Formats: sequence, structure tokens, C-alpha cells
Amino acid sequence: MFFRLFDIDLKNVIHFLFLRSATPINGVVDGGLIIVGDIVNMAMTFAEKLLAAYSGNKNVIPSQIVTVHPDHLLTHDNTAAIIQKIKNELEEYGVYSKSLSIIVLDHVIPAASEKTASNHKNIRSFVKSHNIKNFFDVGVGVCHQVVVEKGLALPGKLLLGSDSHTCSYGAIGAFSSGIDRTEAASLMLTGETWLKVPKSIKMTFSGKLQQGVFAKDVILHAIGDISASGANYCSVEFHGDVEQFSIDDRFTIANMGVEMGAKNTTFPVDKVTKDYLNSIGISDGAYAAVYPDKDATYMRELDYDLSEIIPMVACPHTVDNVKPVSEIEGLEIQQCLIGTCTNGRLSDLQIAADILKGKKVNPNVRLLILPASKKIYEEALKLGIIETLVKSGGILLPPGCGPCLGAHQGVLAPGERCLSTANRNFKGRMGCKDAEIYLASPATVAVSAIHGKVTDPMGEMKK
Amino acid sequence: MKVWKYGDNINTDMLFPGKYTYTCSTAEEIKPHLLEDLDPSFSKNVVKGDIIFAGKNFGCGSSREQPVVGLKAVGIKVVVAESFARIFYRSAINQGLILIECPDAVKTYSEGDDINLDVDNGKIVVGGKTFSFPKLPKEILAIRDAGGLIEYTRSKLKEKR
Repeated sequence: MFFRLFDIDLKNVIHFLFLRSATPINGVVDGGLIIVGDIVNMAMTFAEKLLAAYSGNKNVIPSQIVTVHPDHLLTHDNTAAIIQKIKNELEEYGVYSKSLSIIVLDHVIPAASEKTASNHKNIRSFVKSHNIKNFFDVGVGVCHQVVVEKGLALPGKLLLGSDSHTCSYGAIGAFSSGIDRTEAASLMLTGETWLKVPKSIKMTFSGKLQQGVFAKDVILHAIGDISASGANYCSVEFHGDVEQFSIDDRFTIANMGVEMGAKNTTFPVDKVTKDYLNSIGISDGAYAAVYPDKDATYMRELDYDLSEIIPMVACPHTVDNVKPVSEIEGLEIQQCLIGTCTNGRLSDLQIAADILKGKKVNPNVRLLILPASKKIYEEALKLGIIETLVKSGGILLPPGCGPCLGAHQGVLAPGERCLSTANRNFKGRMGCKDAEIYLASPATVAVSAIHGKVTDPMGEMKK
Repeated sequence: MKVWKYGDNINTDMLFPGKYTYTCSTAEEIKPHLLEDLDPSFSKNVVKGDIIFAGKNFGCGSSREQPVVGLKAVGIKVVVAESFARIFYRSAINQGLILIECPDAVKTYSEGDDINLDVDNGKIVVGGKTFSFPKLPKEILAIRDAGGLIEYTRSKLKEKR
């Protein structure tokens, strides 16, 4: 077998191979190509194992370039620009497969202008003429939520998407990663692309979360620790006491992997995963989960004691500018947002409703609420969550991405502050470069909405 | 030739604000908004052959490709950074924009330094000091050299015919 390598020192590679292999290696280095003897029982991480299987190799090592055929390709409103790039090729060759693409209209919905309405129209026409199997029109939900709800991301599967938060499907044990529009266009035509096998980072959680502390606080804490580039190009695996995290919680954590630079993130497939998949009609036999080997090699191992984590907030203008909520308590806010692909799920809305029940949103605050999908919206209606949120003063928006990227709905004015459950607080992100965005858990946002200023939910929830 | 110098974590919203993502797709539509919220002087004064030097994690954030398309269209010769975010890095290959990850070159650079570049041999000279950077593997160079991924895919489809 051979490995193609780049950007790593060959001496490290040979050392690395020795570390991992019980059998001697006969290595021949030949112009960037290292040819080694048969390696048996090489311990692999999740990413290595999955990418080996998808590239038809017995083993792969970090930095190796492999060619893969993903199970699905996700695109959203950007499909309009993608198909425009390859208009002639689509006419001549057609799509590689009508079941490869998953297209969800979610970023600017309902359309905010003639231009975005025309984009949607062009996408619908493309879907029809090429018989695209998995199309979800305006109102079904935020793409990442829809992909999981519809059972299109399964354990052990490989998905790529022209959206940076495609890494979310690590929540259920899939390998998923973001790419750009051009690569999505090429995939539509050929069904294949290259991937560099990532190095892996192991994050191990122990202990139990305190009351008032949530999955969002855990991932903000981790990003604050490792930094916005700390996991660049890497696969991040979550280990340890993860059974306490529901699929919703795992989704929040996996979703924000890209905010530390990760290529993909993944949780182990366990009873929580299986129960969730069963609940959406997918039996255990419908997929083959991939588990990392116990003695796999990690670039870095980090341990977090969950009982020590407190409510956290990412302050402007980077996601790793993380502080305890208590440090900025009292800061006045003009807008609050509960929703997005990070925190728009039923449990998030439930947490907010429990806090807001019988209370009123501060008159100086606009509280925007976006369920992440129609399914979540319906369940929240049935449970009375929506009624509670609206009665308290919340403003319901359709299941989409709108305010998170500043395209429309809830754009900020200069000098305003927004406390949001979204995943990015970049300067200008919500449409105004002179506004500030703070990121926190749904509990922190809901409690703060009542007070009109940043408030630590820990004290409040014990009352 | 001018060198534009920026810091760490220059994200895609700074390079091209999200509010234009679904209304601007072509190079001509993108150009006036490049680096709008970071450095409004950039789009007015950038000329073909200019270079960008930046810190860590350049291009982090969204998968939007307008930053890369725009930088290529205005004629940025190369972006030299301490490190790049991965989607941006792939996107640059796909658009044929040259990126060099070389922390020492970035740290060495001071205003007015002469820059000489030899991409094929993985060398950059900053103010008289030479730095090496890893070359891309040939499969990846093939995409960049074809003029970008769309052109590369076109030729592959034709071959298959």
C-alpha cells in the first residue's frame, strides 16, 4: 500500500506509522510518496476509519489525500448560484445522481427581495427538471435540522455541504463537513471529491452539569479554551460521560465545531442515538456505526469536568472571546434571539418557555424566536410552548436562518446589542458593523430577555 | 504593488458581509463589498498584483466563496497568512487563488519590505530573508493549474466521454 503525503515531515510519518503498527514497516520514500509494507491492525480514529472505508483503503493516515463519493451533498439557497456556474454542463451531462443532493430553502425565507425570490424560483425549476429527490421548500426548516429529522444523516455516513455548519451531523455519528459552492457544483456533476485525512482531537467529558448550565455553555467553554483556530483542519471526537446529552444537546455541540476550526465533529453512537433514530422510523439495522479504536492516536487530548462549567457567553467579535455570564451581568440588550441551527430545537424552546411562563419580556427588548423546523414548531404548538412564548412577548419568525446572517429579519441598528443563541458573533454578522452580538444558551437568553440586561440563569433558575 | 496587512481571525463576514450573500454572486457584484466592514479603503484602492499578509485563521467562518472569488477578481497575487481556515483554503484551490501558510514570513514582514515569490519552488523572500513553505500535492495543484475546479471538472467530464 502507499500513502500520498504533503505538508508533514516524513520523519514524523515514519515515526507515526511505527507507533501505530505492531508489524515492522518497510518504508521507501520516493518523491513525496511513501510506500510501506502491509500494515495490519492499525488503530484508527473515527475519521481515519470512515475515510478509509469511503476511499477503498484498508488504512489511511493523517494528511493522506483520498478520493471519496459522499452519500449526500447539502446545498440551500446558494443552490441558485451553484447551478448557474454549471448551467451548460448540467444541460449536457445532467446531475451525477438525483439522490445525491439535499436542497433546503432556509437562508432567506420567505424571500426578502425580487432577487432572492428569483433564486428560489430557479432552484424549484432545477429540482423539477432534474428530478432531485430530496428537496425541502420554504417553511420546512433550517437545513441541518431538516437533514437530521428526515433521516438523511445516519451513523457512519459521509455528507458534504456548502454550508459551514454541515459539521452538525457528528451529533448522530456521521462524518460531515463544509465545502464551498464551487465544490458543490463539481460534486453535483461528478459525485466525487478529494479530502485530506484529518488529524484527530479527543475531548473527554466527565461529571454532571449543574442546574442552569447547558450544552451551549459546554461548547462555548471548550471553544474559549481551545480557541477559534485550535481545531483547524482536525476531526474532533467527543468521549466520556456523553449519555447525559440528548440528541438536541449533541447537535448544539457538534454544530459549533467549525467555530474552533474543526473539519468534522463526532459523538459515539449509543442508546441515545439509537432511540432518536427509532423515533423517526429508522431501525438499528439501517446503518453501520463507526467507532474509533481504543488505542487510536490523537494529536491532542483534552478533558473537561462538566460539574465545573458555569453559564458562558461569547463576547464580540470572536466566538472564542468567551467569559462567564456573571462577568458581564447587567449589560443592557435591545434584542434577544432564540433559534438557529445551534439552538432552535424543541428542548431549547421548552427551556425558554419554562423561564418565561407568567413573565413578560422587558419592554426595551425584542425577543425573536425561530423554531428550527416546521416539525419542532408543530410540537411546540401542541405542548403550549408557543403560546407561552408569545404571551410573554416573544415574536415568532418562520423556521429559517434569517437574522443569524443579517440577510433580513431582525437586523440590528448601530450601537445596539443582541444576545443570541446562534453560533457567530462576528462584526457585521447581523447586518450592522456597529452593533454587538453576544452568544449564550437559551436559558441565559430567556432570563436576560425578562430583565433587559445580561443575567446569569443559575441564580434565577434556582428561585 | 501594495501589501495589505491584517491581523488574526479575519472572518468571512469581514471579507464579504453576509447580508449580500444571496444578492451578489458575480465578481463585478462582489468587488465593491470586499472587506467592507474591515477596511473600506481596500476595494477602492486595491490593484492587480497586490499582496495580503494576515495573522492566524484567515477566512474563518462561513463557507461563502465570495471572499475568494472577489480577491481573485481584483487581482490579489497571493495571501500569506500564519494559518488559514479550512473551507477558505479549499475554496482558494477551487478558484485558483494562491495561499501561502508561512507564519515566519508574516512575523518578519514590516512595511516597505520587498517581496519576492517563487510558488513552484515553495520559496518567499521578505525583506531579503528567504522562507520555505510546503508545496501542494500534485493532485491539488492540477485543480489550481487548470484555472480552478469548474474548469478541472469540465475537462474530466470531457475525458470520460
